Amino acid sequence: MIDLSINFGGIKAPNPFWLASAPPTNSGYQIMKAFEAGWGGAVWKTLGVPVVNVSSRYGSVNYRNTKMMGFNNIELITDRPLADNLREIEEVKKYFPDHAVIASLMVESRAEWEQIIKDVENAGADGIELNFGCPHGMCERGMGSAVGQEPEVLKTIVEWVKEAANIPVITKLSPNISHITDPGLAAVQGGTDSISLINTIKSIVGIDLDSYAPYPIVDGKGSNGGYCGPAVKPIAMHMLKDLAQHPEISKVPLSGIGGIETWRDVVEFILLGATSVQVCTAVMHYGFGIVREMEAGLRQFMEEKNYTTIYDFAGKALPNVTEWKHLNLKHKVVAEINSDKCIGCDLCYIACDDGAHQAIALPEDVTNRIPSIIEENCVGCNLCSLVCPVEDCITMVKKDDGTEHVTWHERTLNDDVPTTFDDDRAGGKGHFVPKPSDALK
Amino acid sequence: MAEYKRPKTKAEFDKNFKQKKPLMNDTEAYYEASRCLFCYDAPCIQACPTSIDIPLFIKQIHTDNITGASKTIFDSNWLGNACGVVCPTGVLCEGACVYNHQDVPPIQIGRLQNYATNKTIDAAKIIFKVGEANGKKIAIIGAGPAGIACACEARILGYDVDIYESKDKPSGLTVYGIAPYKITNEEVLKEVEYLQKQLNFNIKYNNAINSKKELAALEKDYDAIFVGVGLGATRHLGMDGEDKDGVVGAVEFIEELRMKQHEIKVPAKVVVLGGGNTAMDAASEAARMGARKIVLAYRNSKQKMGAYGFEYDLAISAGVDSLFNVTPIVITGNGKVEGVKFAKTEMVDGKLKANMNNTFVVRCDMVIKATGQAKQGHLYDMIDDLDIDNKTRIKINDEFQTSNPKYFAGGDAINGGAEVVNAAYDGKMAAQGIHNWLKNS
Repeated sequence: MIDLSINFGGIKAPNPFWLASAPPTNSGYQIMKAFEAGWGGAVWKTLGVPVVNVSSRYGSVNYRNTKMMGFNNIELITDRPLADNLREIEEVKKYFPDHAVIASLMVESRAEWEQIIKDVENAGADGIELNFGCPHGMCERGMGSAVGQEPEVLKTIVEWVKEAANIPVITKLSPNISHITDPGLAAVQGGTDSISLINTIKSIVGIDLDSYAPYPIVDGKGSNGGYCGPAVKPIAMHMLKDLAQHPEISKVPLSGIGGIETWRDVVEFILLGATSVQVCTAVMHYGFGIVREMEAGLRQFMEEKNYTTIYDFAGKALPNVTEWKHLNLKHKVVAEINSDKCIGCDLCYIACDDGAHQAIALPEDVTNRIPSIIEENCVGCNLCSLVCPVEDCITMVKKDDGTEHVTWHERTLNDDVPTTFDDDRAGGKGHFVPKPSDALK
Repeated sequence: MAEYKRPKTKAEFDKNFKQKKPLMNDTEAYYEASRCLFCYDAPCIQACPTSIDIPLFIKQIHTDNITGASKTIFDSNWLGNACGVVCPTGVLCEGACVYNHQDVPPIQIGRLQNYATNKTIDAAKIIFKVGEANGKKIAIIGAGPAGIACACEARILGYDVDIYESKDKPSGLTVYGIAPYKITNEEVLKEVEYLQKQLNFNIKYNNAINSKKELAALEKDYDAIFVGVGLGATRHLGMDGEDKDGVVGAVEFIEELRMKQHEIKVPAKVVVLGGGNTAMDAASEAARMGARKIVLAYRNSKQKMGAYGFEYDLAISAGVDSLFNVTPIVITGNGKVEGVKFAKTEMVDGKLKANMNNTFVVRCDMVIKATGQAKQGHLYDMIDDLDIDNKTRIKINDEFQTSNPKYFAGGDAINGGAEVVNAAYDGKMAAQGIHNWLKNS
């Protein structure tokens, strides 16, 4: 029997699907609607001293036929009075006592932190999330990512909060930093119960070619926004991995955020150590109903793999994410083209010839467009299989027998690595490349 | 049994002759363009008689560079707009699309092409400049696709151009002979007008070149002459009863239909003789004009028909019946057509023979002969030293130059009747041939 319920650092929820603190959690109406749709938790749109917003707030990166592949916003924290939000938190908790309602908070002084924590606790919030990530507007006022970028300041505030709070505290991190482990460690040292990441990335999503202003345009001008959506998922997963592999930070649970839209995204985040996931852009694009696909997919996956709870596989990919120097240099794959499936677009040929290792040949007979792999030139880079538009047409086939295993690290220890510019041990020595003049035809 | 109501108004006519390739809207074009794989050395380019860089213009449409897309199209094909809808794309570019090998619908290249050029024409964007005047003059006989293409290219190269056209409208077959559901008269004419506006070539309408004297005058006044005439009237079959009232040639029928549209009357029962694309068009058109019973009669088997399969299917879907292996012996009737007497045909020693013991009569009020057109042999005969082949086609060299060096030729005059796109290609190439010849002389 599959049990999707979680206990995330003291916050219980019927499932790991949470709404991130963002426009979809601006009101009790939206959160109740989301819970009805199947979401297990929601992080309320950040509370604090209410702001004044601008009109025109979101920008998008569309790719080919995909709208909102990337998305950014310049909206600030809640612009609604605190009392209204508190009243609605109370009402939501009345209807949904078992769902997780987490109050995202962002204020300046210690006194303000203490006051607002008391307020949300009184309203019945199940936890607090500290917004140390917002990279636009609020950071200009010394809050949001301005805190997330200063581990010492972050640690101090976490300490204030932990001293005042009786409910669990999640610290939300900003990705706008070189090493995510710095603020991560500071949060843990400050006593946080858990960490969520990533907040949005500073971005300009586009420039209008007539008005020369960045999107979203506010009366002829724009400002950097916070970038999110499917485009940021790889960055988020990398940062999640960094925290999940850290000996100190990994002692607290991690909530994954960043481009999550489908069950596959959810499973990937969990495999990298997340035990709750937060979603915003996908809901802003498709509505709360997408959770049905996430839940059905997650259940199907768990059933097929024989897992009962998400804890059965949380972090399961972490041992396989290693440093480059530990990768097996003796592993060898070569591309193989299935000529029955090939449709003759020859994208693999041109990608390899112009963009990789000149390891694909076109047939002599021009009427037959099926290319072939020049096995001795193929370095197994995958590019051809990545550009191929046909499912399973180009596959990477293992050529080594699996008996040899040598890593860069081991070779370094054995003093068997190239050390001079013209070292004979260079990996590409003797590897075929065409003559420069062959390019001129 | 055809089910079209006889069109009595322009609106009813347009409904019965609904465009087979309607103009795309922006959204459809955007999504369709996004599907293009951008194949290397793309098969669609190879399949296009004018070698339009199709993946490039599709990418330009996708990035909203419509003017650039049109430039790409017109650079290769001066009748790019018409060709987008009148070309048999299913056997040309779209037939070559690699998606066909994957059982995925090919990119709708023709409609995308028409979308781009239509926008550019409607916006009256100037994208071409007349070349610097070189003081030389070219006469063109025939303002069909070949003549127009030759004129445009010659203007770019700096020649003065006069086109001599026997009729009162430009673009020949495209306006007089293409089925109305492929392109409207307005659309044909606006493309020529658009080209003429930026390239300033003269068309002398109602100005047939019919005599040796007129040719001599052209030879005296111009540095080179391009023969871009189409085919002539429907050939006489030499069959009893062919002179009866109600017996018409297919090209004459289609021309009248295109010019007079709903104002012509097609009787209830029609027999169409022939198995080529023109026969399919005529039959389909008769149905759309409200004829009740249309019988397509072809002397050989269905497999031997010259028509494209999709043209036959279109006629059948319009309610046309077909008879194969039958040949007309006599057209019956008392002054007016009342029927056609057919004999069954059969293969005897590899030759098709009529079996006079197996005859029958199909009653009808009209007979449309789509059995081939005469060539303009009388014109060719008047040109000194002009070599023609045994099918009355003008012989040319690689530069589209005839055996009389002052004369160049292209289109139906050299191929005996093909597509608009072939004529457009020939005309363009012939202008370049003329240029190569004149600049060396």
